[in-house]
Amino acid sequence: MEWETVIGLEVHVQLNTKTKIFCNCSTEFGAEPNTHICPVCTGQPGVLPVLNEEVLEKSIMAALALNCKISEFSKFDRKQYFYPDLPKGYQISQFKYPIAEHGYLDIKVDGKEKRIGITRLHMEEDAGKLIHAESANIPYSYVDLNRAGVPLAEIVSEPDMRSPQEAYQYLMLLKNRLRYAGVSDCNMEEGSLRCDANVSIRPKGEKEFGVKTEIKNMNSFKAVEKALTYEIKRQIRAKEEGEKIIQETRLWNADREVTVSMRSKEEAHDYRYFPEPDLVPIIVDNKTVTELKNRLPEMPDIKAKRYVEEYGLPEYNAEVITMEKEIADFYEKCIALYNNYKTVSNWIMSELLQYLNKNKKNLNELDKFTVENFTALVKAVDNNVITGKVGKELLIEVIENGINPDKYIEEKGLKQISDTSEIENFIEEVINAEPEAVEKYKKGKKQIIGFLVGQVMKKSRGKANPKIVNQLMAKKLEEV
Amino acid sequence: MKLNELKAWELLELLKKREISSKEILDDVYERIENRQNINAYISLLKGYAYKRAAKADEAYANGEVKGKITGIPIAIKDNITVKGYTTTCGSRILENYVAPYDATVIKKIEKENGIMIGKANMDEFAMGSSTETSYFGPTLNPHNPECIPGGSSGGSAAAVADNQTILALGSDTGGSIRQPAALCGVVGMKPTYGLVSRYGLVAFASSLDQIGPITKDVKDAALLLNIIAGADANDSTSVNFNVPDYLDGIDEGINGVKIGIPKEYFIDGMDEEIKDRINKVIELLKQEGAVFDDTSLPHTEYAVADYYILAPSEASSNLSRYDGVKYGFRADLDKNNDDLISMYFKTRAEGFGDEVKRRILLGTYALSSGYYDAYYLKAQKVRTLMKQDFEKAFEKFDVLITATSPTPAFKIGEKINNPLQMYLSDIFTISVNLAGIPAISIPAGKTKSGLPIGVQFMAKHFNEKQLLRIAYAAEQIILKGDL
Repeated sequence: MEWETVIGLEVHVQLNTKTKIFCNCSTEFGAEPNTHICPVCTGQPGVLPVLNEEVLEKSIMAALALNCKISEFSKFDRKQYFYPDLPKGYQISQFKYPIAEHGYLDIKVDGKEKRIGITRLHMEEDAGKLIHAESANIPYSYVDLNRAGVPLAEIVSEPDMRSPQEAYQYLMLLKNRLRYAGVSDCNMEEGSLRCDANVSIRPKGEKEFGVKTEIKNMNSFKAVEKALTYEIKRQIRAKEEGEKIIQETRLWNADREVTVSMRSKEEAHDYRYFPEPDLVPIIVDNKTVTELKNRLPEMPDIKAKRYVEEYGLPEYNAEVITMEKEIADFYEKCIALYNNYKTVSNWIMSELLQYLNKNKKNLNELDKFTVENFTALVKAVDNNVITGKVGKELLIEVIENGINPDKYIEEKGLKQISDTSEIENFIEEVINAEPEAVEKYKKGKKQIIGFLVGQVMKKSRGKANPKIVNQLMAKKLEEV
Repeated sequence: MKLNELKAWELLELLKKREISSKEILDDVYERIENRQNINAYISLLKGYAYKRAAKADEAYANGEVKGKITGIPIAIKDNITVKGYTTTCGSRILENYVAPYDATVIKKIEKENGIMIGKANMDEFAMGSSTETSYFGPTLNPHNPECIPGGSSGGSAAAVADNQTILALGSDTGGSIRQPAALCGVVGMKPTYGLVSRYGLVAFASSLDQIGPITKDVKDAALLLNIIAGADANDSTSVNFNVPDYLDGIDEGINGVKIGIPKEYFIDGMDEEIKDRINKVIELLKQEGAVFDDTSLPHTEYAVADYYILAPSEASSNLSRYDGVKYGFRADLDKNNDDLISMYFKTRAEGFGDEVKRRILLGTYALSSGYYDAYYLKAQKVRTLMKQDFEKAFEKFDVLITATSPTPAFKIGEKINNPLQMYLSDIFTISVNLAGIPAISIPAGKTKSGLPIGVQFMAKHFNEKQLLRIAYAAEQIILKGDL
């Protein structure tokens, strides 16, 4: 039988506000345990929450970045359960009236566009964390409440995804868009984006959904894809062997690359949601929504489309350049100075991004690097003032020492040599110095010409025009 | 005359004239507390703190630099309001040793006006009760008859004021917890409009109903104290941005022409006849002074108690979840070989809470459970809206409504403690006010033949405390003159 997969994702992103959602404590990551706490976020008797305005703003911006409709009226509710990392015994969340609903993302899989619905986005507070003793002999654990009250946006998708690849693309686009909106780092490894998945299968063509399982504990984007792939296989195998799928929560085990049952539906909590009486309803007017909408930059996928249409970039280039807003902004500044769109995009992709990856740096950390110098360099190569090889070497200088390429080329005499007589002199020298290689060439090992050209380039310190060197060398070797 | 027997406004005049000192007031108050320990009005005393503050107050009077509105006046604080550095027990074992790390907003306001906190008053555990018998620290006795309860849950505050063991007191009122004990102890107790006084630092029982208010010897003192504690607070989102007037200003303008409604649902069978007669007598007296009376109806009154006992326990079951033995307060002794996290929760909460608190947690947990929510909590919210509308309609015609505060005078200790339904009915006249969020005040209206105080209640519309206090003040003077 042919099976169809149905996937829905629940994503939690940490909103990057300075202070927590209901008090003034810092949200800074990695501080000593229990140093960013106060009576409110530790749930002392008698305290009351007060909504941080920045959380509301960033939630609305996140929702707008996901094409959601902002609710004019929304409310907080209490979600109740006992756990030592939850100081009040309830989490303040939004249940009945979320801040936003009815969004979507248009993802691309195998070159085809597909719309994934977003059911809702709501605000809530994070819990603290438990630190378990290293030895089994110690009969207690510690609680760190630094994270308690850190603001989260929970984003629930419709069950619209039909493959792990679609889920992966949805997540990537969601991440890119929220990073563009400037509301979250969306770093899965550091926990500022967490993702749970609901997965089921059904015979192809069937309208009814199958019994779903919820997958948790996926700690990277790749893990989501892997865990879903595993879970779908598991469900299909179970079905085909005549077993029933039971509704349960399963944990992804990254070491063993399997999902493992955690609890069944019968053991699920009754959260006893009810309206949070300590907070007043949130009323958002149109003016606020418009203002926040205007603050949002062009979204990455929209930008990529525009790059293809307006600048004629290959889709791949457009997607890579727009992945990070910083890079896209840099690109746009460059092309304002030099409109060879594709060449600039190639230089950014193959050289600049490679440098950043290799050195594990962000663009904004390169304090000597300027748009002007970078563009001048690309131009110099493009106009054959210097060779590509010299250009690549100079890029390091441009990045690390902030040199002005035009001046530097002049001062150091790095201009490309296209003068044939000068190049012929280098060729002469190389032929004389490498008789063995020449001999091999004559005996038919034509590819050794590459080595000889390389020697010429070396002698010219990379400045000789490689095209001319190639031509002249071939000619010369035939003559010898 | 002992200074502890005077009212705050009287003492302030004497202090200003420098005929007395704040220290002398404290001496008399603490001497009274010492001599009347059997009343058990206090859970803890703040003597060291109080005398230090009194010395400062006296210095200010000596230097003529008095800034606060109640400089040097003692005030008792119900033990569910946090005072930084001192225990806030809520009358519960689970918070027996809990030292609050912060001040409630009302406490900051009292300190700013140089009032002197003298002790934390006894109360029903987590303010759940109408007799102060559910306190882990033992019941408070009614100063008028030590065999009787003082009412509750602010029984400690009311008894302390009635017994001259303080000058002023703060209580909290969720379903009548200020007004009912004030009535049963023969003092003044006021529940302000929901949102007028910050709840920050008031340990939550039922968040949408709780409100802090004054318990005092007379209406003037209540206005004085309300002047201090009222006003919006950035730490309480449910406090209302309201331009707070001076409640003392014009308080003596009288009652002539005031329209007073008599809701028929508050004159029921089974209510104490002596009390019913007394309210009618008060109505007669006020009529003679020019107040205009007419009958009215609050048709949903009969649902008040049922409605309250869905909503309040629902919120309480949630608010009390934080007492889990993890972060602060009581944790049961555990056996490290056999006990786990769940048994820590079970044992801590089983041993830390009393019966009435457990009863309400169970009620609330049940009402909020999936499958029951719509039938109970949601329905109760709708009824609450109807009750609000009843009042809105009544206040279109009337300035205030008049009722008895409690259907009976103080009952005997132990009389109702094993009959929760009977106990719950003692708040039948006070609960609707909390559900509607409106202000109400109870003032003394003499005593029964057996010498127990009777309280008369006035209710007003939202944020109409000024008129309410003016009418209550006039009624107080008329009742005193009428020699009931």
